[in-house]
Amino acid sequence: MATDSVLAPVRAPFRALAEGLLPETRDLDPPGWQRAEEIIEGALADRPASVRRQIRLFIRVASLLPIARYGRPLASLSLERRTRFLQGLQNAPVLMLRRGVWGLRTLVFMGYYAQEPVREAIGYRARPEGWAARGMGSAPADPPPPPDAHA
Amino acid sequence: MREVGADVVVVGSGAGGGTVAQRLIPLVEGGRRVLVLEQGPRLQAHELSGSELDMASALYADGGGFLTADGTMTLAFGQAYGGSTLVYTGTSLKAPTRIIAKWNVPGLEHADVIRRTERYIHENNVHLLSEQEINDNNRLFVEGCRAAGYEAHQFPVNVRGCRGASLCNLGCPNGAKQGTDQVQLPRAENAGVEVVTRARVEALDDRALTVRVTEVPPGGKGEPSSWEPGEYRVHAGSVVLCCGSVGTPALMLRSGMGSGLPRLGEGFTCHPAFILVAEHDREITNDVGHPKSYYMDRAEEEGYVLETCMYFPFTTAKNLTGFGPDHSAMMRAFPRLQMILVLACDRAVPGNRVALDRHGKPVVHYRFTPEVVRSLAAATRAAARIFFGAGAVRAHAPLADPPLLDASEVGALDQRIQERHFIPGKVSVSAGHLMGGCGMGRNRSDSVTDAWGRVHGIPWLRVADSSLFPDSVEINPYLTIMALADRVAEGLLEDHAS
Repeated sequence: MATDSVLAPVRAPFRALAEGLLPETRDLDPPGWQRAEEIIEGALADRPASVRRQIRLFIRVASLLPIARYGRPLASLSLERRTRFLQGLQNAPVLMLRRGVWGLRTLVFMGYYAQEPVREAIGYRARPEGWAARGMGSAPADPPPPPDAHA
Repeated sequence: MREVGADVVVVGSGAGGGTVAQRLIPLVEGGRRVLVLEQGPRLQAHELSGSELDMASALYADGGGFLTADGTMTLAFGQAYGGSTLVYTGTSLKAPTRIIAKWNVPGLEHADVIRRTERYIHENNVHLLSEQEINDNNRLFVEGCRAAGYEAHQFPVNVRGCRGASLCNLGCPNGAKQGTDQVQLPRAENAGVEVVTRARVEALDDRALTVRVTEVPPGGKGEPSSWEPGEYRVHAGSVVLCCGSVGTPALMLRSGMGSGLPRLGEGFTCHPAFILVAEHDREITNDVGHPKSYYMDRAEEEGYVLETCMYFPFTTAKNLTGFGPDHSAMMRAFPRLQMILVLACDRAVPGNRVALDRHGKPVVHYRFTPEVVRSLAAATRAAARIFFGAGAVRAHAPLADPPLLDASEVGALDQRIQERHFIPGKVSVSAGHLMGGCGMGRNRSDSVTDAWGRVHGIPWLRVADSSLFPDSVEINPYLTIMALADRVAEGLLEDHAS
């Protein structure tokens, strides 16, 4: 298992990219960012070192690519322009760039939507208690016995 | 390295392995030793929390993020006591007559598959849910189908005492879903079959398996293995591989069997899928109740099936196409979302196969055929018609650009939803229902096993899982896997009797 952080060396460009992908992340407070990054680091912990390096590299490249077009790195662009730039990368003819954007958005969505406060905020309410948790009990609370004995 | 002996070793405990384990009870009753080796953990009931990332990490290979070689599709398959039966939704369909006929495997008759399927339909309590157990997400699908001129069918499901947690794909927290973890494996263990979890089979050669048993990782879920961590050499009279369409061919390739079996790993197929969501102007019951109660079948005519579904926030976010404000707005509408899963019925084609990387890990080479893309586009149009027929105000369609469709565009769906918008690496595609890789057939030039799962030229080795399928089954496959595994176990019992 890898122990070095994927995001720590690229924290600032990662957050700039994340805001372009998911505008709500700009409202995350420091503990919220910390939770998001812990979730992502946890998911990447078992990934091969080569994959972890590729992620870091893509974050660096994607954050610098706007210089060629706008003369400024991605972090200096408005949120709208960041989103538009990333949408352009997502439609790029080069599969590696499309895959990079897809992978990055997956990590950002994971770090954000896997947080319990976020799940609650968007209205996700699934609970193990099912219908009963909604006061809409319709199914039996206790499983009936199987039709034939365990032989 | 410790040495262990057994009469039969079953590798894997999902639909195939669990079925074989139970069918071999007569052997243990006759004094033989039967072992089931499962790579994943056995979770205690209270550990099935419904927490999205925790469960995905504990129950799925690569946490549910196993990617094909070119990174354009995610493959989801379970890796725990019960295999993928722990994480499916329990939808239970019989293999169509035309499919078994098309497979054209000498010695495999549709009537025999169905006779065996019926046994597991009974054993797993397969039935239709009652009207009051159906949630709005499913009702709207039926209404939308009716309005759009499609015929919706209700899924038979294998639940017992379903409380409607809607968490099937994260392992039912109430033990209601009748997977092998609930039915066949406990029966087998009660009778004396030994199930060893956290036991990864590294390789097999002449009637012997090299096995590594691992510890519970720090913070990991599940019970420790019943065997001490370490390496084992397990000697077996017979071996039955039930590791699924990725695991079984990979294990055989890792064991050097590829040279004698040129079809090994070939013929991999699956049901490439993505989700469509639509927003209604009111809250609906979607994340409560059984998530997958209805489907619409166009497999024979247009190569696709639509199923109701309901996923979790991160999974939903990942599977929508794109990002930015429109994506966020759709996610914030979660309580008003209706969802449909689009599945394309793929064909086994040359090049789509299971291989190994230089570390011996499985790699799945997969390319989307034009037929699959055409089916996905047709399915997307049909799903959009169903959404708007059900009264949705807007829908998110991965094969539209931009992906948001307004209800006013219902007359322009053919123009808005186009195959050309299917851009691999941009559109999120994932697949369950992995099939093939050790297909049944006549001889080693066209297949890996015969119709009874016996590997050509290796008399002590059988396969009993979805890798046996010579081509797609075009439905949710677990009952067909159980029927084929039942045949394989029967052959093994006959061998032992003689």
